[in-house]
Amino acid sequence: MIPAPFDYVRVGSLDEAISALVEHGEDAKLLAGGHSLLPLMKLRLATPSVLIDIGPVRELSYVVDAGDHVAIGALTRHHDLHHDPVAVSQVPLLSMVAGKIGDPQVRHRGTIGGSLTHADPASDLPAAVLALGGTLVARGPAGERQIPADAFFSGFLESALAPDEVLTEIRVPKAVGGHAYQKFVRRAQDWAIVGSVVARVGDRVGVALVNMGPTPLRALAVEQALAEGASAAEAAERAAEGLEPPSDNNATAEFRRHLARVLTRRALAEAGV
Amino acid sequence: MSILGNRVLRREDPKFLTTGGTYVDDLPLEGAVHIVYVRSPMAHARIHSIDSTEALRSPGVVAVFTAAEVDLPPMPPGAPFANPAMVRPWLADGVVRFVGDLVAAVVAETREQAMDAAELVLVDYEPFPVVIDPEAAAGSDILVHEAAGTNVVLRMPEDLVSVGMVPPEAATEPPEMFAGCEVVVRQRIVNQRVAPCPLEVRAAASRWDDGHLTQWTTTQAPHGVKASLAQIFGLADDQVRAVAPDVGGGFGAKIGAYPEELFVAWIARKIGRPARWVETRSESMLSLGHGRAQVQLAELGGTRDGRLLAYKLSVIQDAGAYPAFGAFLPLMTRTMLTGVYDIERVYFADTSVATNTNPTVAYRGAGRPEATAAIERMVDIFAAEIGMDPAEVRRKNLVGRDRFPFTTPTGTTYDVGDYEAALDRVLEAAGYSELRAEQQRRREAGEAKQLGIGLSTYVEITNGIPGSEFGSVEVLADGRARVRTGTSPHGQGHVTSWSQLVADQLGIAIEDVEVIHGDTDLVPRGVGTFGSKSLQSGGVAVFQAAEQVVDKARKLAAELLEANPNDIELDKQSGRFQVAGTPSASKTWAELARASGDGGLSAEVDFAASGATFPFGAHLVVAEVDTETGGVTLKRIVAVDDAGRLVNPLIAEGQIHGGLAQGVAQALMEEMCYDEQGNPITANLADYEFVSAAELPSFETYSMETPTPINPLGAKGIGESGTIGSTPAVQNAVCDALRHLGVRHVDMPTSPLRVWKAIEQAKGKS
Ligand SMILES: Cc1cc2nc3c(=O)[nH]c(=O)nc-3n(C[C@H](O)[C@H](O)[C@H](O)COP(=O)(O)OP(=O)(O)OC[C@H]3O[C@@H](n4cnc5c(N)ncnc54)[C@H](O)[C@@H]3O)c2cc1C
Repeated sequence: MIPAPFDYVRVGSLDEAISALVEHGEDAKLLAGGHSLLPLMKLRLATPSVLIDIGPVRELSYVVDAGDHVAIGALTRHHDLHHDPVAVSQVPLLSMVAGKIGDPQVRHRGTIGGSLTHADPASDLPAAVLALGGTLVARGPAGERQIPADAFFSGFLESALAPDEVLTEIRVPKAVGGHAYQKFVRRAQDWAIVGSVVARVGDRVGVALVNMGPTPLRALAVEQALAEGASAAEAAERAAEGLEPPSDNNATAEFRRHLARVLTRRALAEAGV
Repeated sequence: MSILGNRVLRREDPKFLTTGGTYVDDLPLEGAVHIVYVRSPMAHARIHSIDSTEALRSPGVVAVFTAAEVDLPPMPPGAPFANPAMVRPWLADGVVRFVGDLVAAVVAETREQAMDAAELVLVDYEPFPVVIDPEAAAGSDILVHEAAGTNVVLRMPEDLVSVGMVPPEAATEPPEMFAGCEVVVRQRIVNQRVAPCPLEVRAAASRWDDGHLTQWTTTQAPHGVKASLAQIFGLADDQVRAVAPDVGGGFGAKIGAYPEELFVAWIARKIGRPARWVETRSESMLSLGHGRAQVQLAELGGTRDGRLLAYKLSVIQDAGAYPAFGAFLPLMTRTMLTGVYDIERVYFADTSVATNTNPTVAYRGAGRPEATAAIERMVDIFAAEIGMDPAEVRRKNLVGRDRFPFTTPTGTTYDVGDYEAALDRVLEAAGYSELRAEQQRRREAGEAKQLGIGLSTYVEITNGIPGSEFGSVEVLADGRARVRTGTSPHGQGHVTSWSQLVADQLGIAIEDVEVIHGDTDLVPRGVGTFGSKSLQSGGVAVFQAAEQVVDKARKLAAELLEANPNDIELDKQSGRFQVAGTPSASKTWAELARASGDGGLSAEVDFAASGATFPFGAHLVVAEVDTETGGVTLKRIVAVDDAGRLVNPLIAEGQIHGGLAQGVAQALMEEMCYDEQGNPITANLADYEFVSAAELPSFETYSMETPTPINPLGAKGIGESGTIGSTPAVQNAVCDALRHLGVRHVDMPTSPLRVWKAIEQAKGKS
C-alpha cells in the first residue's frame, strides 16, 4: 500500500497546471481529490512519475447559474455539489447523485472533474451528466474546447482529454422536472453493481446506465422507445439492448441486464415518466 | 452493594477515542530495519530461480533472504493429527503453494525502500496445475504437498477414535440410521471462507540484546508467542520476552504466531539489528488466516409431527495450503453437532483437505458456528418439508430445562440451559404472530418486497480447551491495587471488568486498580484470550486472588488492631478494615500494605475450571427481500442471549453487538473467493464485502442470566455467541422470504446474485 516513487508538483492556477502538464509530458498525472488515482497508485497499478496537484486551484471550484445551464467547476467536490443551492434548485438530479457517492470521506475529497476524467463505468456522476446531456469544457496549451458528454467517454477508464488538457468545467442544462437515480449496491459506500439514471430535460427523457459496459453510457434503446411513445414499462424492457456488461463476483452479465431493466423501470416510475 | 452487574463505562475508551492506542507499528525502535516479504503471485508453481541482484542494488537495501539462507527446519503442521509431511518452509523451498506464499524477505533501511526493492526481486515460476475446490481435493492427482502423497490432512472420526478421544462405535455410521423417519431432508451447505479483517493488521518487531530476544507482536496470546520463539531459537525462559501492546482485534486469527512474525526475529539476529514488519491490508487479506471454509452434506430425519430422530453431517474442511488450526476445527463442529436439540441418532464425519489457498484458522466461533449454521438451516428445511412452523419444530425438540447436565450423542456435556425460555422470549419480543401475518399479506399481494422471518436457537461451548489461567492481585503501599492477568485483551474490556472484580472484593475504587497484561516479563504465565474463555478463567483467577488478598489483609488487620480475625470486617465503602462494633479502630489498605512489606498483600491464582460452559440463546431476524433485484435489507435483529451472570452488561452488549454484525457479515455479505487458478478475487476491502453500520438495523438485545455451576462467578463466555446465533437466523430469514416461490435453500453469503439465481431456478422448475 505504498506507491512507487514519484515527484510531486503543486500548482496554484489553471495556467500553471497546463504548463506543468506540457513540461512533464505523458508520465505526469493531475491530482484532484485523489480518490481514484491514489488507490491505483497504492496498488501500484498506476505509476505516474510526476503528480501535479491541482487541489489549490480554487478558481475551479464553483457551481453557477449561467442562464440556460448550470456551470460546475471541475474541482467542485461531491459534498459541495450535493449541498450547493444552485445545484439543488436547478439540477436536483446532479446534486442528489453526488450525495450517493461512496461515503462522507469520499464526498469531501472527490471532485466532479476527477470522477468524469477517470471515466469509470461504475461511477455515478458520469451517468448523470450523460442523462442530462451535458457538455465538458477542456483547456490545453492550444486553448479551450467543448466536448459533448456523449463524446467524452472513449474507452475503459479513458476520456477524450489530451494528455496536456485540463477539464475545467461541466455544463448541464437546467432540469427541474422529474428525475431519479436507482443505484443498486450491497453496501452503502459501494460503487453501483448497476445503476440507472433518468432525467427529464425539457420534453426529452435522458436515461443513462452505470456499470453496464466499458464506459459510462446512455440507454439509447430506452430513450428511443420513449421518444416513439412506448410506455415506461415497455421502454425499460429495452434497457440492456445491445449492451455487453461485465461479469464479476457481484453480478454476471445476465444478472446485470436483468437489473438494468428492473432499475430503469423503477427509475422511470420514480421520475414520473 | 456489589458493583458486579453494573454498566461500568469502559476504562479503556478515553485513550482509544482521543489519543489512540499504541500498536506494534507505533512503537519507536531505534536502528530498526524494515522487512517486506516477496509473495507468490501464483497458487502453485515451481520456483526455478530467484534473482535478487537488482533488489540488492536498490537504495537502502540491507539484505535479501531466500530459502537458501534459512537455517531453520520447516514448521510442522499446526493441527493435531495432520499429515506430518505437510510442513511449511519459512520461505518457499522450490515450490509455492498459494497466492501470498512467502518467497523472499527484503530488508531495508525504510519500509518504502524495502517495498520498492521487493518489486525488483525476479522470480522465475513454472506454473503447476492447482487444486482449489475442497470437494475435489481428496480425489485429486494434483498434490499440494507432493511428499504427503495425498491432499487429505486428517479424518474424523477415524483419527479421534485412534487415540481414544471418541469411542470406537462412533467410527462408523449407525446401522439403520434413519429407521423410523417418515421424512428425511438432505442439503449440501457451504459455510464459506471468510477473512477475519481485524482493524489492526499483523505486525512484529524484534530486538536481540546479548542473546536475549524481545518480540513485540500483535497477538491474542503473547505467552504462546514466547513459547514458539523459545522453541525455534532454542532459548531459555528468561531469554525471551513477548509483548503485545494495544492490539486492534484478532477474532481468532491472531492466536498463533505466523511465520512472517517469527521470522522477523531470525532476520534481526542474522543482521545484528532490530527489525520490524507490518503488513499491508492487501497482504492481510491474502495471508492472515481465513475462517470457516466447510462444505457440509447434512441429512436430518424425523416424523411428520415434527419429532427429530436422526442427523448426519459430513464435512469437508478446507485447510488451505499449510494445515493450521482450521484443519482441526471440525472437532468443534462435532462437539456442538446437535445444538439445542435432543436427537437420538447422529453421525459426523470430516475430511480436512489441503488446497492451494491461504491456510484456515480459528475465526470467531471456530467450528461451532459451522455446527449451528448446519443444524439451524436443516431444522428450517425440515419444517418446510413437513409444513410446520419452524418455531414449533424447534420447541418440540429442545432439550428440556430439567435435563441438565445434559450429555449429547457426541459426548458433550452441557452445564445448564433453558432453551425454551429463550425461544419464548425472542418470539414475544419480536411479535412473531404479527410478523407472520405481515408476511402472509405480502405473499398474497404478490409484492416485490417479501418478508422473511429467520430463527436460530443456539447453544455453544466456551472455555472449551482444558487448562488454567493466571491471575494475581497485589495491594500497593499507596492503597492502590495491581492486577496481572494471563488473558490478553484486544477489545474485550478486561481492564474494566477485572477492575470491577477487584473493586468489588477489595472496596478499592475502580480507578485505583491497575491491570497489567500482554507482557511475558510482567505476567509470569498466561494462556491468552480466545474461545470466549477470559472472564470464566482469567477473570475468576483474579476474583479468587482478590478474595485471598482480603483474607490476608483481614489477618494482618486483626494482628495490628489486636482483635480476633473473625471480628474484622471490610467496609467496602471506605476501603477500611475495622473491628465489628468499633469503627474507630480501623486500618486502610495502604496502612496494611505498608505494614505487610513489599508484595506482602498479594496472591496468585491459576484457576482451572472443571469444565466448559455453554451459553445459549435465540435470535430472530426479519429480512426484506427484493424478489426483483435479489437485494436483502435487514429490518430487525432480535437477540436473546444467556451468558450466565454478567459482570458488566455494557461490555457483554458490546460483544453481542459486534458478534451480531459479524454474523450478518457472513450470512449476507462476506466471502473470500478464489478463481479457478487460485487467484484471490476479493483481496481488498473494496471487493471483499466487509459489512458496515449502514447495512445493520438497530439491534434489539435481551439478556437472560442462567448462572453456570462451573465457576464461582456463574459466568459463561459471550465473545462469540452473537456470531454463532445470528448467522443462521439471517440466512433462514432470507430463505424464508423466498419459500413460497419454491426456493428451498440459498447458500451464504445470500448475495443479490445468489438470491436472484435461486428465484430464477425455482421459476424454471415450476
Ligand atoms: C472508498 C471509495 C468509494 C468510492 N465510491 C464511489 C461511488 O460510490 N461512486 C462513484 O462514482 N465514485 C466513487 N468513488 C470515487 C470517487 O468519486 C472519486 O473521487 C472520483 O472518482 C475521482 O475524483 P478525484 O477528484 O478523487 O480524482 P483523482 O483521483 O484525483 O483523479 C482521477 C483521475 O482524473 C484525472 N483528473 C482529475 N481531475 C482532472 C481534471 N480537472 N482535468 C483532467 N484530469 C483530471 C487524474 O489525473 C486521474 O487520472 C469512491 C472512491 C473511494 C476511495
